[in-house]
Amino acid sequence: MIYKNMLIRVIKKHISWFNCCFVLLCLCSANAYAHKPSDSYLQLAVQENKLLGQWDIALRDLDFAIGLDQDGNHAITWQEVVNKQKEMQAYAFARLHIQLKKTDCPIKYGQVLIDHHTDGNYAVLQFTANCKGQINQLALRYSLFADLDPSHRGLLKLTYKGSTITTVKTAIFGPDSASQLFMLAEQNRFNEFKDYVTEGIWHIWTGYDHILFLISLLLPAVLVYDRKKWQAAPHFKAPFFDILKVVTAFTLAHSITLTLATLQVISLPSRWVESVIALSIILAALNNLYPYVLGRRWLVAFSFGLIHGFGFAAVLADLGLTNSTLVLALVGFNIGVEIGQLCIVIVFVPLAYALRHSKFYQNKVIAGGSILVVLIASAWFIERAFNQPIFSQIPNFLSYLGLK
Amino acid sequence: MMMLKKISAFLMLILCCYAVNAKPYMPTDMNAVLEQLPINADLSSANFKALRTQLNANPTNVNLATELARLYIERARDEGDPRYLGYAQAALTPWWNLDQPPIAVIVLRATLFQSTHQFNQALKDLDTALKLDSNNGQAWITRATILQVQGEYAQALKSCEHLYALAPALITLTCVANVRNLNGDALKSYQDLKLCYQQAADKPPAIQVWVLTLLAEMAVRLGNTIAADQTFQQAIKIEKPDSYLLGAYSDFLLDQNRPQEVIKLLKDKTNNDALLLRYAEALKNANAIQAEFQIQSLQQRFAAAMLRADTVHQREQSRFELRLMHNPVKALAIAKLNWQVQKEPADARVYLEAAVAANDKNAVATMVNWLATSHLQDAALQKISDRTQHK
Repeated sequence: MIYKNMLIRVIKKHISWFNCCFVLLCLCSANAYAHKPSDSYLQLAVQENKLLGQWDIALRDLDFAIGLDQDGNHAITWQEVVNKQKEMQAYAFARLHIQLKKTDCPIKYGQVLIDHHTDGNYAVLQFTANCKGQINQLALRYSLFADLDPSHRGLLKLTYKGSTITTVKTAIFGPDSASQLFMLAEQNRFNEFKDYVTEGIWHIWTGYDHILFLISLLLPAVLVYDRKKWQAAPHFKAPFFDILKVVTAFTLAHSITLTLATLQVISLPSRWVESVIALSIILAALNNLYPYVLGRRWLVAFSFGLIHGFGFAAVLADLGLTNSTLVLALVGFNIGVEIGQLCIVIVFVPLAYALRHSKFYQNKVIAGGSILVVLIASAWFIERAFNQPIFSQIPNFLSYLGLK
Repeated sequence: MMMLKKISAFLMLILCCYAVNAKPYMPTDMNAVLEQLPINADLSSANFKALRTQLNANPTNVNLATELARLYIERARDEGDPRYLGYAQAALTPWWNLDQPPIAVIVLRATLFQSTHQFNQALKDLDTALKLDSNNGQAWITRATILQVQGEYAQALKSCEHLYALAPALITLTCVANVRNLNGDALKSYQDLKLCYQQAADKPPAIQVWVLTLLAEMAVRLGNTIAADQTFQQAIKIEKPDSYLLGAYSDFLLDQNRPQEVIKLLKDKTNNDALLLRYAEALKNANAIQAEFQIQSLQQRFAAAMLRADTVHQREQSRFELRLMHNPVKALAIAKLNWQVQKEPADARVYLEAAVAANDKNAVATMVNWLATSHLQDAALQKISDRTQHK
């Protein structure tokens, strides 16, 4: 189709040849416009009450707007950019307005640098904008080149850090979308706290090693070991206090080490911690098969709980902490862990209590469950202590046996 | 010594430009050239500058505004740079959002809509313009062009026929022949146009290039490679070939497995994405080591277009995914989107090739059906389509 376009240009140039009375112009299809159109790249990063900004604008476009090529030789040198630096900044920033709740965030100019994009060199205008108050929303008005080239687009990349994760928002500014409002995740303390609580709960539910350890300790809580056999506890009082003691001891212990590790009072190598956690699960399950600690399972819970606390601390550290959110994060995460743990207890204990008279529970569940736990935890232990992959090899192993 | 300095400065520049994780930097040499502006005799002429100044002083003067917009649209076509389309639109700002601006503005607005593939808006404007002035030859030909791209051959032909009374015979016949050529009358329309071209006297060079390129493309579709090659060669010698001719000839050479000639033809044209695509394909077919670098640059350019949500280059993007990234599923998805907008032989080609490569039987069937109902005669498409039937 492009070629038909040309004809019109041709006709215009050769009206006499065609003896036409109308003036035509070229009708180019997009295929003829295979160059990149005009874009600017605006990056904003929220930091506390401040915005760190970088705005890449094509030198060609700046030249069209304010004339960078001062000697008219069609080549823009760094000297020419430096000469026009102030004018360039004034021109650009008069066309970018940043507001927080109807109040301008005044822009302070920074350095002007150069960067290369796919279609040539761009001036990089660095800047900061100071907003009054916590930046939980931003209103941007963008009108760069709107009067000169309505096909120009401003491509925004807005980065901000919520309580735990960094979020990147992108947007396209053009004549029909010159003003845009961005709601950033509420950064108030309560929401931040809530996020850490959620993280704590999720960690308990998705970190199977803590669940298995807890269940290994709780399995025999509704029973008593008598004449070398597990038998149903006669009434609710004893199991209830047993469970309370175990859960409290575990909570207390891991809270202590979680706090100490997060405050960087003690630190232990993670491979060692993770291996001992696996070991603690093996021992807790073995204790159900060959009971050697009976009345004082809370002591087991306490001493291994200390190690589990280091494991929690590593997870919390991975979420990324700043000094201002440290205490909040610590308390929130810990409460989350306790809530997650309590949910498991609430689901598991009534079930176990109801089944405690059955031979199925007394023999099969206790023994079979504990053996299973020992197997899984042993595999973890080998993986962690000796850095040997096991679980990822299972599919290969199964296909080797011809099972899959 | 000076030479050495220059070379090392140049190497530094290249390194800065193409480092994968390029960071903003402060040039150390004050005289380092950062950007080469397009040298443009028309736009730097005193006449043009005066026009701009006059329009700035009087921005609602329709004559000044449309004249300036027209100049910019011509620049856009000549340089392949869409910025000038934006400048043209800016000149038309006072009327841009009106339902019924002056007729000259409507036709220019339609042209700008067309160039960004907003075909339906363009057609709406053209219909308005033609209601006001049914003798507007430019509106008729633009309308014919858009309808042909959309595969609406009957309507396109009707628009062409309005030109009989308004335009020279060669122009009208080219319009008509080009539609009929895609619509079941490939050989006759080719012969008619060839004869008309030979008989027309005093053809300006640009007209010669235009008609010869169309004739060459028709010959390609007819499978007459010798005639096609001769006609392309003839067209290229007339004046400095434009990007459309270069693209069409390169496609022909790539299909003929002559990548070396494409490399020679396009090595200085890589600013243009569509030509860079052909260049990269040629390098790859010739097993040249630079292929990888050019493929990466193309990838960056498509990524930049995606950032601004541009869909104008879907035909090229689909072909890029299919032939250079070996991602037929993605290529087919893009080809399908492109097909909703334009239905030229090149669009059908990338759709069908992607459908075959992705082994998508429904998509293959859609395209084979379309070929049958549109009566498009295209040797390359026929070959692919036959192969799918005999599988």
